[in-house]
Amino acid sequence: MASADDQAFHEFEEATNLLAETPDAATTSRSDQLTPQGHVAVAVGSGGSYGAEDEVEEESDKAALLQEKQQQQPGFWTFSYYQSFFDVDTSQVLNRIKGSLLPRPGHNFVRHHLRNRPDLYGPFWICATLAFVLAVTGNLTLVLAQRRDPSIHYSPQFHKVTVAGISIYCYAWLVPLALWGFLRWRKGVRERMGPYTFLETVCVYGYSLFVFIPMVVLWLIPVPWLQWLFGALALGLSATGLVFTLWPVVREDTRLVAMVLLSAVVLLHALLAVGCKLYFFQSLPPENVAPPPQITSLPSNIPLPPTLPKSMAPS
Amino acid sequence: MAEAEESPGDPGTASSRPLFAGLSDISISQDIPVEGEITIPMKSRIREFDSSTLNESVRNTIMRDLKAVGKKFMHVLYPRKSNTLLRDWDLWGPLILCVTLALMLQRDSVDSEKDGGPQFAEVFVIVWFGAVTITLNSKLLGGNISFFQSLCVLGYCILPLTVALLICRLVLLADPGPVNFMVRLFVVIVMFAWSIVASTAFLADSQPPNRRALAVYPVFLFYFVISWMILTFTPQ
Repeated sequence: MASADDQAFHEFEEATNLLAETPDAATTSRSDQLTPQGHVAVAVGSGGSYGAEDEVEEESDKAALLQEKQQQQPGFWTFSYYQSFFDVDTSQVLNRIKGSLLPRPGHNFVRHHLRNRPDLYGPFWICATLAFVLAVTGNLTLVLAQRRDPSIHYSPQFHKVTVAGISIYCYAWLVPLALWGFLRWRKGVRERMGPYTFLETVCVYGYSLFVFIPMVVLWLIPVPWLQWLFGALALGLSATGLVFTLWPVVREDTRLVAMVLLSAVVLLHALLAVGCKLYFFQSLPPENVAPPPQITSLPSNIPLPPTLPKSMAPS
Repeated sequence: MAEAEESPGDPGTASSRPLFAGLSDISISQDIPVEGEITIPMKSRIREFDSSTLNESVRNTIMRDLKAVGKKFMHVLYPRKSNTLLRDWDLWGPLILCVTLALMLQRDSVDSEKDGGPQFAEVFVIVWFGAVTITLNSKLLGGNISFFQSLCVLGYCILPLTVALLICRLVLLADPGPVNFMVRLFVVIVMFAWSIVASTAFLADSQPPNRRALAVYPVFLFYFVISWMILTFTPQ
């Protein structure tokens, strides 16, 4: 049983690498690609005896994959074109969510979980859930704060739903667009791995936002250092997943570009998390200060009209 | 409505027939019912209302539509696996429910614009665009339900939540306190579960079994948002 599992694992990794090199026309030897990834190096060592048969199988796999790609190309005005982006099962979506929650160094999210079948279901509904959960928990914190301190004026702030929705969707769609554009622009520098398609980038970002949902729910606990701790943990997980996914593509570029790109990605992600915390979960003192100025400003308005006629009379 | 009696196999006329002559054989009103059903694999029925409904009194027309809406309300309140909502879909019920919900949930314009509950337009947009998005999602996942049938089901299943809003409004007439909130929370949760059960009873069969959860989750989110709007409603 163990040898069969090893063989299956080996072919699985081979297929994953084939998917990576399909968009690229470079001819590099097999050992060059496999050694940078720690897991696969072990598998090659244990199953190296049947190398000859594998070459033949891989060539036919590659040809089959290319054929498959060329056959399914309905026009973008047809409904079935968009249906191809929702061609996922429940178990696949759950698997992708789990993969984004637990990033591992050798496992590239795009190659390992997406496998050339990006879907739009995950990113769209994760963003929708995150937007609504943000608005609901933001309101809930106000309610809980009011229960503790009755002087705070509470009202259901519905405009936060629109703000949350617009900001989350803009982040999850415009930032992958910029990233994809940038990676395609730098395509000439890379030999081994082609850039990700736009949908794959959107998928990576969408699934990486999933970890923010439990983080936002846990932010209901009104202990500030605990909130920052949860925020740091979630941001760490999410950003690690993004970096591990982008590293194989960016690694062949110059070090400067790679570092700048990765730090920009992490910075934007951190900005999103911190922005959500500060906007939706405002701490108590601003709420306490807000009502008194409204009360004190009213009496100060009243003396003004009687003074105006006095000042206007001489003119 | 022409029913020409031509035998297509007549050798005398076979050579001189124009290109689309056979189309006049089809009688439109009886073979292809075009009123009220945009369904995919459903058997067609012979409708009794062959004559036009233009000559009947206005009262008859309104009562017929009201009775249809009322019948569907009953089907939502006692959900069984039946085809009534799907077969004769209509959007009157969802419109009545959505307008009622939006009228009762909107805030007064006297309040400041930043705080407060939703505007009328916000509730309307959430309900209708939410329903359209869920329907598109269900169709993209490969479900075999038509667009308006799904809108009809989702709209009608807002009825338990509208009842919850009316109850909450009555409960809020009493003095506020934790008991008040607990009662409202309980009512909203029960009605939310009722809505989900009712809509799932109608919609779940249209999806293949390995994607059913993917199609039901957005419905859950939709009714959750409406329930939250109802729960946080405070009359000014």
